Amino acid sequence: MELKGSSNLSKLATGNDHGENSLYFEGWKAYDNDPFHPTRNPKGVIQMGLSENQLSVELIEDWIKKNPGASICTPEGILAFKDIANFQDYHGLPEFRNAVAKFMWKVRGGLAGFDPERIVMAGGATGASELLMFCLADPGDGFLVPSPCYPAFDRDLRWRTGVQLLYVNCKSSNNFQLTQQSLENAYENARKANIKVKGLIIANPSNPLGTTMDKATFKMLVKFINDKKIHLVCDEIYSATVFCGPKLVSVSEIIEEMECDRDLIHIVYSLSKDMGLPGFRVGIVYSYNDKVVSCARKMSSFGLISSQTQYFLASMLSDEEFVEKYLSESAIRLANQHDLFTRGLDEVGIKCLESNAGLYVWMDLRPLLKEATFEGEMDLWRVIISDVKLNVSPGSSFHCHEPGWFRVCFANMDIKTMRIALGRIRKFVVQENDQVRQVKKQKKTSEGHLTLNFSSQMYDETWVVSSPRLLSPRSPLPQSPLLRART
Amino acid sequence: MVADNEQYLSVRLSKVAVSETHGEDSPYFAGWKAYDENPYDELCDSSGVIQMGLAENQVSFDLVEKYLEKHSANMGKETSSFRENALFQDYHGLKSFRKAMASFMEQIRGGRAKFDPDKIVITAGATAANELLTFILADPGDALLIPTPYYPGFDRDLRWRTGVNIIPIHCKSSNNFEITQESLESAYDEAESKNVKVRGVLITNPSNPLGATITRTVVEGILEFVTRKNIHLVSDEIYSGSAFSSDEFVSVSEILEARKYQDSERVHIVYSLSKDLGLPGFRVGTIYSYNDHVVKTARRMSSFTLISSQTQQLIASLLSDRKFTENYIKTNRERLKKRQQMIVSGLENSGIQCLKGNAGLFCWMNLSPLLEECTKEQELDLWKLILNEVKLNISPGSSCHCSEPGWFRVCFANMSERTLDVALKRIHGFIISRKFMKRIDGE
Repeated sequence: MELKGSSNLSKLATGNDHGENSLYFEGWKAYDNDPFHPTRNPKGVIQMGLSENQLSVELIEDWIKKNPGASICTPEGILAFKDIANFQDYHGLPEFRNAVAKFMWKVRGGLAGFDPERIVMAGGATGASELLMFCLADPGDGFLVPSPCYPAFDRDLRWRTGVQLLYVNCKSSNNFQLTQQSLENAYENARKANIKVKGLIIANPSNPLGTTMDKATFKMLVKFINDKKIHLVCDEIYSATVFCGPKLVSVSEIIEEMECDRDLIHIVYSLSKDMGLPGFRVGIVYSYNDKVVSCARKMSSFGLISSQTQYFLASMLSDEEFVEKYLSESAIRLANQHDLFTRGLDEVGIKCLESNAGLYVWMDLRPLLKEATFEGEMDLWRVIISDVKLNVSPGSSFHCHEPGWFRVCFANMDIKTMRIALGRIRKFVVQENDQVRQVKKQKKTSEGHLTLNFSSQMYDETWVVSSPRLLSPRSPLPQSPLLRART
Repeated sequence: MVADNEQYLSVRLSKVAVSETHGEDSPYFAGWKAYDENPYDELCDSSGVIQMGLAENQVSFDLVEKYLEKHSANMGKETSSFRENALFQDYHGLKSFRKAMASFMEQIRGGRAKFDPDKIVITAGATAANELLTFILADPGDALLIPTPYYPGFDRDLRWRTGVNIIPIHCKSSNNFEITQESLESAYDEAESKNVKVRGVLITNPSNPLGATITRTVVEGILEFVTRKNIHLVSDEIYSGSAFSSDEFVSVSEILEARKYQDSERVHIVYSLSKDLGLPGFRVGTIYSYNDHVVKTARRMSSFTLISSQTQQLIASLLSDRKFTENYIKTNRERLKKRQQMIVSGLENSGIQCLKGNAGLFCWMNLSPLLEECTKEQELDLWKLILNEVKLNISPGSSCHCSEPGWFRVCFANMSERTLDVALKRIHGFIISRKFMKRIDGE
């Protein structure tokens, strides 16, 4: 009797619920095999499938240079080394929790306070969302999730917890907004299938839509979960990526304005997106339910944040001047980048869902589909990866109910690279148009054709910015009401 | 019929959330509370509680501090690679970190085992590593066999969210708590009788709470047992660098290497820097598995519990300095040995015997002669007495699932020699007064 390979392992280990066989990751593999580099591999695949915020890192680097004491490895900070290295209390460093609570409050425009005693650490947002599932649901229970949604929810919320995800399909016809009807339908379907619904999880701002939830919809949602007595988990990890109006309405604000059982309300937070620090694994569970805080805190032993990192962040996030500057500058840079990208797409007739947040856009490529099916979407996606050499994420991997939508990230590259990407898209669209024209030789309709209405020189790979519409990160932008509200 | 209200309350959270399997109601943790409320202060020689229930290593910290002081100017220059490091969230972990860990583990084993950096999976502490392995090796309802006495945290780490059971392998003081073939078979049979599927054996080597390494013969015996039963072996070796002599610690990895890794896919090692290097706050844990599928799956699962890239970078720097690591390992061993000798002889002077130990940050003390009846209740009464009157927080054997009452784990590496001296004096005073009281009662 010999133990070989994967035999003799648990069902978790031998199943596919780790989710890595999904297409979401196939594009990454294509990128890994042939990654773009401006000089070393200019024809490589440009990574537009990775939702990372790389636009404002040097603001943090500047702060570090000016504050060497924040690191316990520098001559200035070393006196703190012993105590910090020894600190493994799962409550977390008090100064860390205080700083995070304050930061969360600032990001939400000072509209709702956060109690440091309710802040619980987790291994990134990945760890935080799983942790909450363990606290709120039993194996086999269901959690409603509006789709399209973050692909890794399949793994994060289900894999080890055994929880079932019940998608609430949102439609392009109303800009993918969540409706009461769709919620009721999903809940009813679950009931018919004998699945106990324990809660609903939303991402606000939404991934992949890049939109924030409006107050009316949010109130409808909170009333819904209250009536059904189910939990509401709000993943607010993109809260500081709002770059123009309407401003973010956090669940913390909503519950101040309406009757609600607070024991049902929980927030997932992280610094991976807002501050561009995914490597530091800073996940936060914030719950208004005392029992959940208590349970989550015990569970956080499985994914505590390194005390070295807690110490560093406590220092940085309690520097109010820096935080103000970072938040406003980051929003400006995101706005610029988003603007540049969407205008570039618009120039070739590609529309995106109108968005005010996030590190990506939700691009509508339905006109480019050879057939309006998911197979058609897959074919198009494969072409984009292999011929256009862009790793974008197909809507089906986000459980989108309608084919033809793609999430495209724009905040993980510099402007030069973005222009190269836009140039490739332009070439591709021209090619596609030519092909379509050939196929539809007899038809005169212009519906579904993507037209060019600008100089074809504009997105040449060697073109230099001179158009007033294309702004560099440091050029002044009229301040959005969102930014004004913070100062 | 449960009232609607109660039912409504009880269904709102998960079963995991309302269960007591987090284990925090055990005396292991209650003593900590007493300490928190009235901690001993060395500077004013107060009458507060001396914490002897916390297995932390503070005896060699100055070595790490000296190293950092010397190199901190260079380490500060990490801002130039800050961006790259802050963005690095690859669950493979930094290659430099894994290489440094592999090398450190090799040095601890005197070069008698090699470790491949690509078989190292990173986790936020050994707590996460042990839970993760349990998720991978066992299904809910299955069992792991664990020799008693064992680390109280296992009850939570291995069972709470996984739904896996622990079946104890009962070890006895009559043979120094050695893990015998009979005890292994007996535990396995117990599982079978309950219709519970055994998926593996988990040992801690060096042992917590015994403070002793497992002999080569016994490790080989356990390997033979798991092979025969076709189950896994998890070897938690987080105290490997705290064995007082390198030769006396025999890791399962060196046995496998000597056998050219024959049939090694069932073996998995847990390591951490919390004990050996005294860095528990940094959450540096690793899983080393000889099974590629386990490595792959563990890596994927580690997404829930990665090590901060900032910390990976720091540790990579620290541990790739061979001069530092060799000196640290050697000096740490010497200091721990000296400390252990101090407490063991101090206890002997008070007429208290400890299990003969050669590793770890604690000793396994036998207070059963102080019990009128050898029962768990009396053990807990004695524990409370020691906590409240002698003002020492030590860990009762029952919280470690020891089958014989009267044993206590006492930590010695988380305090200065001066404080240890105070603790020994208090124990001495306590024993004398008890003997005196007994004499009075007897008259």
